[in-house]
Amino acid sequence: MFGKRLVIGVPWFWLLLFFAIPFLIVFKISFSWMQPIQPGYAPLFSWVEETQRFVATLNLSNYEVLFRDPLYLNTFLYSIKVAAISTVLCLLVGYPMAYAIARCKPSTRNLMLMLIILPFWTSFLLRVYAWIGLLKTNGVINNTLIALGIIDQPLTLLYTDFAVYVGIVYSYLPFMILPLYANLEKHDLTLLEAAADLGASPTKTFFRVTLPLSMPGVVAGCLLVFIPAVGEFVIPSLLGRTDQLMIGTVLSAQFFGARNWPVASAVAIALLLALLIPILLFQRYQRRELEAAKR
Amino acid sequence: MTQKTVDRAQEYVRIEAVTKRFGDFVAVDGISLSIFKGEIFCLLGGSGCGKTTLLRMLAGFESPTSGRILIDGQDMAGIPPHERPVNMMFQSYALFPHMTVESNVAFGLEQEGLAKTEISRRVAEMLDIVKMGEYGRRKPHQLSGGQRQRVALARALVKRPKLLLLDEPLGALDRKLREHTQFELINLQEQLGVTFVVVTHDQEEAMTLASRIGVMNKGQIVQVGTPTDIYEFPNSRFVADFIGSVNLFEGQLVEDEPGHVRIRCAELDSTVFVDHGISAAPDAKVAVAIRPEKIELSREAPSGDENRAHGVVKEIAYMGDMSVYLVRLDSGRVVRVTIPNSERHADQRVVWEEPVYLSWEPSSPVVLTV
Repeated sequence: MFGKRLVIGVPWFWLLLFFAIPFLIVFKISFSWMQPIQPGYAPLFSWVEETQRFVATLNLSNYEVLFRDPLYLNTFLYSIKVAAISTVLCLLVGYPMAYAIARCKPSTRNLMLMLIILPFWTSFLLRVYAWIGLLKTNGVINNTLIALGIIDQPLTLLYTDFAVYVGIVYSYLPFMILPLYANLEKHDLTLLEAAADLGASPTKTFFRVTLPLSMPGVVAGCLLVFIPAVGEFVIPSLLGRTDQLMIGTVLSAQFFGARNWPVASAVAIALLLALLIPILLFQRYQRRELEAAKR
Repeated sequence: MTQKTVDRAQEYVRIEAVTKRFGDFVAVDGISLSIFKGEIFCLLGGSGCGKTTLLRMLAGFESPTSGRILIDGQDMAGIPPHERPVNMMFQSYALFPHMTVESNVAFGLEQEGLAKTEISRRVAEMLDIVKMGEYGRRKPHQLSGGQRQRVALARALVKRPKLLLLDEPLGALDRKLREHTQFELINLQEQLGVTFVVVTHDQEEAMTLASRIGVMNKGQIVQVGTPTDIYEFPNSRFVADFIGSVNLFEGQLVEDEPGHVRIRCAELDSTVFVDHGISAAPDAKVAVAIRPEKIELSREAPSGDENRAHGVVKEIAYMGDMSVYLVRLDSGRVVRVTIPNSERHADQRVVWEEPVYLSWEPSSPVVLTV
């Protein structure tokens, strides 16, 4: 009994220490006033000598800024758009790859999965920098295309939305492929034979049988790509447009550049709330699936 | 056992010298076979005998390495499964887990592009036939094994195939349900006039269902015949041994007349007299097969000095409807005898260690040359 509590207790303790407490701190800061001296924000509760009272100073203006300044709404919507398009691209690229791996011989499968995970062994930052070398005006891609005579003038690839999509799809693809593979690999292949036997062409079979059965994998993969992609700031800072920021970049600029922790915290909380919606939807979906499987 | 008259003139499936190799392994070895319209044909054999491979070739999931398969006169070479006039009931049932019973059954009709009203009418009709009408909105995981089997059957039959392939159709059901379902299958088959090809490793299942059985061994068909043919007139030691239980005695032909033969077996103390002629070389080594239920046990010596043996009862197994006696002959050979328990009181029955005489009719032994 004690052992069981201990085993369950460790992750709870971990979450409390490294998630719940930091979150509460950030939540608290988001209601503070900014002040130029350390720690950068005023305390929420203070003892006022003159009136002999305990005073709580709650500042809602940090949140108000988010709605008043179009920068925030604009970057937030742009981030959602970039993340959504990247997620769809990841799905379109990742699904066939996961499918192919799942249908390989078991011995080949492990090799293929190794190859998918292999890039993780290099620094993420380094891999994003490498894309600069590929995409820049006199980079590998432009030089190759000019040498082949396909184009005369170098294309503007770097510092565009396109470069951000490339960066995100490249970096997050394994997060799409792995849950999809885990799902597709479990499929009962006699179901495909049954569909064929009942007169469905391979295309029909895919859309009526394989795709619906792989939806849990699709949803898991999409969330694993979409959620971190919304808050992504390394890829858009290195590869993206200079005239259009993503919310992660703004957040990081407020924290480290402007040192406005209260507003930065408000941005973080707002972002978290916005991302909570898809997570909750996913959990509800998963619960329904689980209940269906139990019955 | 069902004995049905099948119109032999109407050949529906024709398998011509079909061979299937997987690498070096020959799964199906030059099988030629005709299956007639409206019959229940059972492919019977142990695991790895090639029966499932043959069935999968009919469905189009495998293509023959050589040979031809014709269904209704049409060569099936190069025709993918979804374009064949054949439906299959899978051993695992292969119901779509994300669809309701209704959608499962409707799936095949939707592929034919029928009108929605027509589809729902035919689905409802078919679910009624298999007595699953009330379960249309359920998902497969909410059904019992027997109910899933019915849905699988309905899904395959709703397309009104001329040929239905069944892979171990009753394999996943418990014994009581199996027997019940067997008779339902036969009724359904008669009602709809579909040709069934059933694959099974269960000889009882084959005997009950089939109008004809093809016994398979090592990729070949060793005997084709009605259940009675196969049981009473096996053509080889393999078939005699595979179907039911049998006592096999190796022996030598000592007298070979058109109307009868005499065989001497080392393990029996009298010669075996068989009241029909056989075709074998003189002095050929043959085997005599006698079914356990065709041997009689008695305390007194039977008349005549042929078709008899003497031994001691070593084991008795009471099975309810009958008892199995293992009798050790004077030669040391153990013979299996089954006696129906037609009386409730066991006073007259022989007991352990009792010396007994074994005897059988001259029509009972089957002489096997291969």
